[in-house]
Amino acid sequence: MMAQQKKTQSKRGLISEASKAEIDRWIAKYPPQQKRSAVMAALRIVQDQNKGHLSNDLKDAVAEYLDMPPIAVYEVATFYSMYELEAVGKHKICVCTNISCMLRGSDEIVAHLHKRLGIGLGETTRDGRITLKEVECLGACVEAPMFQIADQYHGNLTPEVVDEILDGLD
Amino acid sequence: MNKQVTKQMVNIEINGKKLQVPQGTMVIEAADSAGMTIPRFCYHRKLSVAANCRMCLVDIEKMPKPVPACATPVTDGMKVLTHSAKALDAQKGVMEFLLINHPLDCPVCDQGGECDLQDTSMGFGLDRGRYHEPKRVLRDKDIGPLIATEMTRCIHCTRCVRFGQEIAGIMELGATGRGEHMRIGTYVERAVNSEMSGNVIDLCPVGALTSKPYRFHGRAWENIPIDSIAAHDCIGSNIHIEVRRNKVMRVLPRENNGINECWLSDRDRFSYTALDSDDRLTQPMIKQGDDWKAVDWPTALNYAVEGLKTVINKYDARHLGALVSPSSTLEEMYLLQKLMRGLGCDNIEHRLRQQDFSSDTASGAYPVLGLPVAELENLNAALLIGACIRKDQPIAAHRLRKAALKGANIMAINALDYDFNFPLAEMLVVSPADMLRSLAAICKVLMEEISSSEMPDGLSAILAAVEVNGTHRAIAHHLKSAEKAAVLIGTQAMSQNELAGIRALAGLIAESTNASLGSLSEGANALGAWLAGAVPHQGPGGATVENDKTAVLAKHLMACVLLNVEPELDCANASAAHDVVRHAEFVISMTSYMSENMKASADVLLPIAPFAETSGTLVNGAGDWQSFNGSCTPPGEARPGWKVLRVLGNLFELDGFEYLSSDEVRDELKVRCEGLELSPSGPWRCPSLDSGDGGLQRIGHLPMYAVDMLVRRAQPLQDTRDAIVAAIYLNAATAKRTGVANEDNVQAVQGSCSVSLPLVIDESIPDACVMIPVALEETSALGAAYGVIDLCK
Ligand code: SF4
Ligand code: FES
Ligand code: FES
Repeated sequence: MMAQQKKTQSKRGLISEASKAEIDRWIAKYPPQQKRSAVMAALRIVQDQNKGHLSNDLKDAVAEYLDMPPIAVYEVATFYSMYELEAVGKHKICVCTNISCMLRGSDEIVAHLHKRLGIGLGETTRDGRITLKEVECLGACVEAPMFQIADQYHGNLTPEVVDEILDGLD
Repeated sequence: MNKQVTKQMVNIEINGKKLQVPQGTMVIEAADSAGMTIPRFCYHRKLSVAANCRMCLVDIEKMPKPVPACATPVTDGMKVLTHSAKALDAQKGVMEFLLINHPLDCPVCDQGGECDLQDTSMGFGLDRGRYHEPKRVLRDKDIGPLIATEMTRCIHCTRCVRFGQEIAGIMELGATGRGEHMRIGTYVERAVNSEMSGNVIDLCPVGALTSKPYRFHGRAWENIPIDSIAAHDCIGSNIHIEVRRNKVMRVLPRENNGINECWLSDRDRFSYTALDSDDRLTQPMIKQGDDWKAVDWPTALNYAVEGLKTVINKYDARHLGALVSPSSTLEEMYLLQKLMRGLGCDNIEHRLRQQDFSSDTASGAYPVLGLPVAELENLNAALLIGACIRKDQPIAAHRLRKAALKGANIMAINALDYDFNFPLAEMLVVSPADMLRSLAAICKVLMEEISSSEMPDGLSAILAAVEVNGTHRAIAHHLKSAEKAAVLIGTQAMSQNELAGIRALAGLIAESTNASLGSLSEGANALGAWLAGAVPHQGPGGATVENDKTAVLAKHLMACVLLNVEPELDCANASAAHDVVRHAEFVISMTSYMSENMKASADVLLPIAPFAETSGTLVNGAGDWQSFNGSCTPPGEARPGWKVLRVLGNLFELDGFEYLSSDEVRDELKVRCEGLELSPSGPWRCPSLDSGDGGLQRIGHLPMYAVDMLVRRAQPLQDTRDAIVAAIYLNAATAKRTGVANEDNVQAVQGSCSVSLPLVIDESIPDACVMIPVALEETSALGAAYGVIDLCK
């Protein structure tokens, strides 16, 4: 029962039909009693649907959709760094500062980004266009220093290359 | 399942001591069984192995590195050293790391003195810190009125998280973030809501989760633990009442693997907070005109005796009546009935929430569980009828949950869509008026489809009109095919008007599926009450008595003795019970608390001790007689109920009231109960299946934190979400049909009683039903808990 407990409003509706269809595809990959296995994919899908970040309501919606306790979804969402828990800019630049990139001058890249955009790591430009995020090794050490924007890796960065890439963003 | 397969034994050696343990045992269990301690934080024998704290590292021969004892299974010939230089070195290292982020706030920490971290650091910690960097600090979140948090102290053992997942069955706490950002909590501000939540206080090895009501009240070493029995459900959990300077400080579980294991429900753990509620009665009082006067015991008792004598002389003894709380001790019940019967009347009743007494015509219908408590987890199938088991008997629910997780088919037929913390194989939510019909449908499957057995009188006639659906079939088949099955009638069903019919059909279902029949009875001592003779139609030990078979509360009582009863809150028909007491010419209330209503209706108030302050015995549903001593003396002039009754017996000059201890009372009764058959089933009487005139049916749900006087006054419990708000709950369609959908407040009418309450739309309520909880002040002017009700604007 009852009134006080069950009647928290359903949040399923926050997931768009398109996202639901995509999540269902993932659910289908697992045995029926284990649909919670789709939680990581589901979070990624609703994050994309929500301009790149997850609200608490959306996490609850995923929990409901996959029949999981909300806290279990929060655990996953807070564990992996690719889930954004706060709003992010239109472009998210993930700058690697791990060992190879650091040895190959990622500090300089970060300083240059700071100069160009006026923001530090973990911040978003005032106009909400760009977010800088510090990440660990993205497995592209051969091209260090590097960063990632959307699904694209950009390697062998120099301040000039960075400028060129930034100018090319809409 | 085949538990019989004996596990192979292996030979191992721990610290040179040779042991034989079953294969698959973890090293830590083997060491524990041999009485050798390995330090640990995350390991707990009732939880899954997480092996995340690393405190239990031990040295095992031929293993290059120390290994965690909690996650290393024994192998033949294994040689374990728990105190070698290598092991100690590893343990010390882990200890130092655990203390890096742990605050050194033991002086202000409630866990101090019973803290695993404190104790272990005494043995394995350094005498000074080598870590000078800032420590991690976390902000606390409010997780409800029962558990205080201080998460900076958390060492991430995840016991509390595993408890939620594995034992409570609702995961409310979790570990969010990772690495040094990992924290334990609810993530969003949210109260933890399990009826067993208090157990995380015991599980937490540090002071991160402590008891909120007990916070800053005392130190563990100042308390004296006294063995006792919890007094709020028919399971009889074993407890320690911790007392300091004659004051109950807190209640903790006492391990009993046959009953509550190491767990305790929140109700049993926190009800003690009511002991020093402001309205404790500490002085005998008598009514003089409209005023109450505090008097000494002799005056009050003589007044009481004179009052009863006057009524007996004016009418006769059959105009006396006694109502006793089903959670009173066996001794109180036995002496009260002895007193009443000694005076010449059989009107004594503990079944206050019951409305249907029609099976009293024969013996039987004892409120037994039908099997030992621990056996609940070995069932392969169970059918719950009108049982909100999770809230009414949390420990029984936990046992059934274990069965369910092992694959048992647990099924339920309830009037409300109760929450279960385990998967149900089948679930029917039906209006109380349709309960019999559902049971009859299951009978029909069993009698006509599965086996064509001979039907008891009248059954085939009513079955003809009963429709059977897939759920009925599934329930019947699951019960029939189970090796061990049980049919259990719940506390909520016991207030229904059709109880005798429910019991008859449930009995038939049990009989034809070879299942055991039992009840999850109300209060802590319903079975004890039957044994003691606190029912009008049976004396102690099942002795037959001649009486007119009218329900006690249906009689015109001229004098009334109440024993820890508030009639308007403790009875199935609140207003009728209240009226009976109000119209009686003389009312003695033996009570631990007083209330305005009591002052209005009673003539004498005799202060008696609640469970923690008296010695006595409670008999749980499984028939275990569990006796306990008083843990402290009652405040003021309050006295144990059995002593008061003994003196009353003496004042009336009745024979056999010369007891020196409550044990003598119990032993006398025990002899009378020897060899008594406790049959769960009542006489067969074919129920009739007309489901009324189709009017609205009231569902008088009994909220878990309103069950008795004590619980109702335990403020921390009242502040939880399980304290259900008085309102009129019904589904949208029913609201629309009755034309109240747009109202905020609605008038509920039962005969001449009515109250106005807020309206709450709740889709889990079955059609044509209205849920209005009982045992709440706001609903106490209403009539029967179950039965027809009207709503109007
Ligand atoms: S709060 Fe206590 S029980 Fe829970 S993880 Fe932290 S230390 Fe362990
Ligand atoms: S360290 Fe930057 S990509 Fe590997
Ligand atoms: S007790 Fe073994 S790792 Fe925690």
